Amino acid sequence: MATCCNKKVETPPVGGSVKKVALVGNPNVGKSVLFNALTGAYVTVSNYPGTSVEVSRGSAVIAGETWQVIDTPGMYSIHTITEEERVAREILLNESPDVVLHVLDARNLERMLAMTVQLIEAGLPVILVVNIMDEAEQMGLSIDLELLQQRLGIPVIGAASARKRGLDDIRSAIATYIRGSSGQFVYSRLLENDIAQVTEHMSGSYILSPKSLALLLLQQDEEVTALFKQWDRDGYAALAEKVGEITFDRRESFHLDLSIERKDIARKLIKDVIVAPEKRVITWGERISTLSVRPLTGVPLLLIVLYFGLYKFVGEFGAGTVVDLLEKQLFEAIFNPWVTALVKRIIPWEIIQELFVGEYGIITLGIRYAVGIILPIVATFFIFFSFLEDTGYFPRLALLVDRLFKYIGLTGRAVIPMVLGFGCDTMATMVTRTLETKRERIIATLLLALAIPCSAQLGVILGLLSKAPGALLVWGLCMLLLFILVGLLASKVMPGESPMFYMELPPMRLPQLGNVLTKTYTRMQWYFMEILPLFILASVLLWLGKITGFFEKMILAMTPVMASIGLPKETAVAFIFGFFRRDYGAAGLYDLQTKGLMDARQLTVAAVTLTLFIPCIAQFLVMKNERGWKTASAIGVFVSLFAYGSGYLLNQFLLMTRILT
Amino acid sequence: MKLSEKAEEILEALWVVEEEGRTFLDPEKIGIPLDDPSYAELTGHTLIVIRKGMVYFRPEGREEGKITIRRHRLAERLMMDVLNIRGDEGEYKACQFEHMLNEGADVKVCTMLNHPSTCPHGKPIPPGDCCAEARAKGDLGIVPLTEFKSGQEGEIAYIQTEDNKKMQKLMAMGVLPGNKIKLVQAFPSYIFRVGYSEFAIDTNLAREIFVRK
Repeated sequence: MATCCNKKVETPPVGGSVKKVALVGNPNVGKSVLFNALTGAYVTVSNYPGTSVEVSRGSAVIAGETWQVIDTPGMYSIHTITEEERVAREILLNESPDVVLHVLDARNLERMLAMTVQLIEAGLPVILVVNIMDEAEQMGLSIDLELLQQRLGIPVIGAASARKRGLDDIRSAIATYIRGSSGQFVYSRLLENDIAQVTEHMSGSYILSPKSLALLLLQQDEEVTALFKQWDRDGYAALAEKVGEITFDRRESFHLDLSIERKDIARKLIKDVIVAPEKRVITWGERISTLSVRPLTGVPLLLIVLYFGLYKFVGEFGAGTVVDLLEKQLFEAIFNPWVTALVKRIIPWEIIQELFVGEYGIITLGIRYAVGIILPIVATFFIFFSFLEDTGYFPRLALLVDRLFKYIGLTGRAVIPMVLGFGCDTMATMVTRTLETKRERIIATLLLALAIPCSAQLGVILGLLSKAPGALLVWGLCMLLLFILVGLLASKVMPGESPMFYMELPPMRLPQLGNVLTKTYTRMQWYFMEILPLFILASVLLWLGKITGFFEKMILAMTPVMASIGLPKETAVAFIFGFFRRDYGAAGLYDLQTKGLMDARQLTVAAVTLTLFIPCIAQFLVMKNERGWKTASAIGVFVSLFAYGSGYLLNQFLLMTRILT
Repeated sequence: MKLSEKAEEILEALWVVEEEGRTFLDPEKIGIPLDDPSYAELTGHTLIVIRKGMVYFRPEGREEGKITIRRHRLAERLMMDVLNIRGDEGEYKACQFEHMLNEGADVKVCTMLNHPSTCPHGKPIPPGDCCAEARAKGDLGIVPLTEFKSGQEGEIAYIQTEDNKKMQKLMAMGVLPGNKIKLVQAFPSYIFRVGYSEFAIDTNLAREIFVRK
């Protein structure tokens, strides 16, 4: 591929010549909703810019033909800046889709049309979907799509994909799409001249139009520059020289000039197309939005949300009522005795019986932990999280805490991974890729690995410690203190540019129950696929360890370590569990406490150490994927040592002050 | 009134002397001896009087001195703040440049500099009519977004940032010169509205967006 001029991309062998349609557009304009509607598949949809960090693919049958539908992360411009944008552009560059659906928000037609112009200019087969028409109409905007279609020379369709409006039109537009003569957009004489000078030096035929590529080169787009180095080996020097010359001439304001020219084009395009009401209509969502971003009302609102959402709903209802019902009433009282008796009847060998229904049995331990303890907690957390996500509250929370997060080297943007971390740190670590700089991503990964307990762990720990008054407080203070301390230190130690914070605020909306539930369901599904095999694997390993005696040796080896932080040797089991899953470890503590093996001090020390302790296998693997071996191992080692050290100090402190005895 | 450059220098020196609390200027101190024709020029316009070899303002002269010193200090600001010519060279260029700031040019420069009240050395610049007018209208001129009050509306004048990526990000969000902007909130983060979209940014970014009311 490195030597060929005409960059051709093979269509994937599977399915022969399946046609492709790619969804592109700004963040938070409803691409994912549209994707779900077209494919009937499901990707997570949310009211938070930049949630789709990965490319989703699905298939749809449109007018009797099978299409591959590709959902891309949001991008603001063809000239990419962030990682997600690059991912999105890759699709356009490498997969040559047969149709590109540019989805935009009707309320911001003028601003977002700048990208439509870029896509058309690039010679891509564009269909424009003016989405969120319903909310635009509520605001009193009227939009003449017919006129816009004439001016752009491409199909323009109005839609409200969340309300299933316009879907048929979109389908038929895709099915009947023929590349026609789309509008030509002419820049100023100066710029057109610059473009012509660059395109003169291009010889091959490329995936995007020469004009568009010339502009990208002039914007000093690194990726496109690198591509040209490959494509035009011989001609590259001359091209690079010309580009260098022009960029130097226009170094003062090229980006600005280009943006303004595009804005002017967009402005001309929407003249008479969009009619806004004289007076701005203020919706109820905007009123709530105002309340949530003013510190005076926003902070109390946050506390209310946390109290009812996390404490009452997830903590008391999920981790309390439902766990009680499932774990105690269903598993311990009915299911476990029944299944134990059943297995013992069927399998005569005791060792094999142990594997399924013994102390660490796959069913009596693995499944019981997964279904009885973890499931209800995680489910309630995800319902809470998904609901909040869909209201559009998180970006507002982000701006509220941005100032504070700056102290620990992060921006408000990190609020999403941090809050999500309380649900599942593994998932949250994946989401850290939405953060802008490498420095932020590493700090966030570290804090997630160290000081953010996941919901399962949190639920179990809350349940455990609430029985020892004071212990919960000590644990909470420890976590908060360590979170801040490590954050402050990390931001001091880590080199790198200081982060900037900017975020689009989506409108506040009342979440649709269906969407919240589907989203919770898919997250649960992901989570279960993730944890169940690990739980079973852990059970098997523990069983193996037990029958071979290796386990006993491990516990023996760990006893001095446990003793040095004042814990009985049985806690070693919980720590070994903890490596498989954090929540598994916490659930192990739960068992120990029920047996009355630990006092308040020991429980607190164990809970703190275990919360800080090395991330579970899944999180570690994701850390490795996202940050690389080196960083992941460094974080792993640091976290383990730090957890042990903190446990030790806390134990000494508690022994000295006797506040928990 | 069109005066010679030397005459203007005498007026400026006299102004500075008065600023320092004295009432007269010793010609020897500025190196322009009394027999220089510019003194005759100034007395001819009844701007100064000379008593016992010392120079004093007449009331009309004080008015003229004020205008002259204003031009000088505006020129200094222009050299140092905008053109980034500092030190002796800046001073020298300012001395040359100030003589061109007549017939309304001073108003233009003053407005562009957003009606500065002091020169780079911290001395006051006497306000001109344009300054008084701007104040009366509450016209802030071009200021960073951080200077706006919550609820205030304006137009984006320009973005000033060293960081190209930042600039592009802002422009992609619709922060483009000429667009209407409304500051919705200034604490704990800045929230502004462009078109029908709202954005939140931190103080560092807000400082780089310049707006005019």
